[in-house]
Amino acid sequence: MELQLIDNIPEGFTRGLNTDETSEEYFLNMGPQHPSTHGVLRLVLKLDGENVLEIVPHLGYVHRGIEKLTESQTYLQNIHLTDRLDYLSSHINNLGYCLAMEQALNLGVPERGEYIRVMLCELQRIQSHLLWWGVSGMDLGAVTTFLYGFKEREMITDIFEELCGARLTMNFFRPGGSFADVPDTFLPHVQRVIERMHVALDEYNTLLTNNIIFQERTRGIGILSKEKALSYGCSGAVLRASGISYDVRRNDPYSIYDRFDFDIPIGTVGDCFDRYQIKMEEMAQSLRILGQAVKTFPKGPYRSKEQAAYRLPEGNYYSQVETARGLFGTYIVAEGGTKPYRVKFRSPSFSNLSALSEMAVGHKIADLVTILATLDFVVPEIDR
Amino acid sequence: MIQLPTETVFPVHNAIGDLVRHYFPNAAGYANGFLTIISLLLIVALLPVFLIWLERKVAARFQARLGPMRVGYHGLLQSTADGLKLIFKEVLIPEGADSFVFFLAPILPASATFLVMTVLPFDHHLQVADPAGGALYVLGISGLSVLGILLAGWSSNNKYSLLGAMRSGAQMISFEISLALIMLLIVMVSGTASLREIVLSQQGTILDWWIFKLPILGIVAFVMYMISSTAELNRAPFDISEAESELTGGFATEYSGISFAMFFFAEFVNMFVSAGIATTFFLGGFLAPQVGIGPLDAFFEFIPGFVWFFCKTVVVIFLYMWFRWTFPRLRIDQLMYLEWKMLLPANLALLPAAGFFLAMGWTL
Repeated sequence: MELQLIDNIPEGFTRGLNTDETSEEYFLNMGPQHPSTHGVLRLVLKLDGENVLEIVPHLGYVHRGIEKLTESQTYLQNIHLTDRLDYLSSHINNLGYCLAMEQALNLGVPERGEYIRVMLCELQRIQSHLLWWGVSGMDLGAVTTFLYGFKEREMITDIFEELCGARLTMNFFRPGGSFADVPDTFLPHVQRVIERMHVALDEYNTLLTNNIIFQERTRGIGILSKEKALSYGCSGAVLRASGISYDVRRNDPYSIYDRFDFDIPIGTVGDCFDRYQIKMEEMAQSLRILGQAVKTFPKGPYRSKEQAAYRLPEGNYYSQVETARGLFGTYIVAEGGTKPYRVKFRSPSFSNLSALSEMAVGHKIADLVTILATLDFVVPEIDR
Repeated sequence: MIQLPTETVFPVHNAIGDLVRHYFPNAAGYANGFLTIISLLLIVALLPVFLIWLERKVAARFQARLGPMRVGYHGLLQSTADGLKLIFKEVLIPEGADSFVFFLAPILPASATFLVMTVLPFDHHLQVADPAGGALYVLGISGLSVLGILLAGWSSNNKYSLLGAMRSGAQMISFEISLALIMLLIVMVSGTASLREIVLSQQGTILDWWIFKLPILGIVAFVMYMISSTAELNRAPFDISEAESELTGGFATEYSGISFAMFFFAEFVNMFVSAGIATTFFLGGFLAPQVGIGPLDAFFEFIPGFVWFFCKTVVVIFLYMWFRWTFPRLRIDQLMYLEWKMLLPANLALLPAAGFFLAMGWTL
């Protein structure tokens, strides 16, 4: 038998030798309109039957040039671009950008402003995780979870709507605090969310976590080792599931996170089930932070001082925050004017997605869907 | 097991039949055939309408929402509206598809369900035909739906459809073995393969139904029947052939309009047939649930048998829907593991065990 180089392979795949005549490999487009790629991600798969041999992600289908856009807008106008990146972590992204500006301006935030920031960010984390929980259930075929997740998510979304009118792409934080003070109904509503969420988390575990089919589908699937997770620059639940305890809120505290008592859950195996459990536990921990914040919520000003136009002194500024998906970094190069020279965002989903091939090769298409679900990526953040 | 002489207890005579026989003594046979075809067509046409509405309402209950409410009282006309929409929708054929096979495929599962309906005993004398090998006939005919799905997937000229069809072929053919073995178990214990005779072998109280008559084994067999029939029906958690989050719709991806509707009409009637067979084999079919209390039993007996048949069937259908709206989906290899390494050996153990129970007279 004469071996031949495989011809006509799509871009990005390794050119191998066709050594086995009995097996027939073929390429399959998953996306950009696939229900499990959550938006417009396109994965090209090399398959042998249902087994995944190689994956090449193709990015750029929702590329809007956000980093380039920042160069033509003022610093203040740019805040609202950050929540368009990861619309499930709008508040947290806003905060990341504001922190970099505050670093440049050497601007402080009053006590009440910090509390508002922490509470909104934690509510946002729960809100994002609730959507993730519902969607990953649906990816595994349990449609009911999707609607259950939305039930509690709605309570948090209502709080955000009351606060700033927006339900998805919030634009509430400003350098030195927030755009407005919280209404009187804020604390009772948060208290209600905390009470309801404790019951809801038990329900979720009964419906999905403890289900034998769900465990069979997630345990031992898509294992990512410690070393690989680090080398791909993974962060968030993906990194912590592999056994590395790194959370920006704990390891590089910003705002007033160092005042609160909460745990960073870490996994041991690094499989889909670990990633799932970490996210579930993170919701419980966020509730702990919220509970403490509700008890000690101070009175006073919510913003240090307002400015019409911010001029950042010349220099490079970097800040990082922990979004619902992991480490979100903002790097601003300022040259003294009202507009940045260059802004670069470091998004968690991008690095988490890069480890996809590492996790999914050797598994089946159905497992690939499970892995995508536990990666919990938001595509506009990948395609900046 | 007391076998009553059924002809004396439940006379074959009835008002419509007597009338036809009286006025057209020669044409009675043809009239009968015509009427059965019409009534079966009506059932096959109306069942999906009801079941689709029921599925939506059950799903809505599980998901803490209302479901359809706008079209008709509590959405009663919703499935009619859906049906109308699907009829008028354009039917598209993908480029490069084998158009003859593409249009033939949806007809096969639909005809299969129609053919199985003919042997279901709805009541003492409400059955189109009662072949001696009824159980065998059911198994043989239901194989047609596998063929329909396989052809649909192959002729669509779409890799997702082909994957779905391959999955479904493997799944349905494997689970048919379990299904056949469970049917064989009931055929063995009741001593007949005629569906009507199987129902009549369960006469007596509720405890004489095959689910209870064989202590424990009956319930085990019923659970196993539910698992394998759910897989055979391609419903969640075994809906891997059309898994929309993996295969974007699997074998049905390229189907639109009425040809899509045919598949899902067949799926819903199939669910009814499967539940009907569960009722026939395990739950006493059209027999009233006798509990041993005189007046209550007399009242239950007064209610016609087909009402009982439909009630029991709807309960089983509700179970299928319950599975669908709570469980995540299995992976294809886990599904195969379940069949070949768990259900099949369990079935092979169940058969001799049931035989042993019978031989020792350990039935209730």
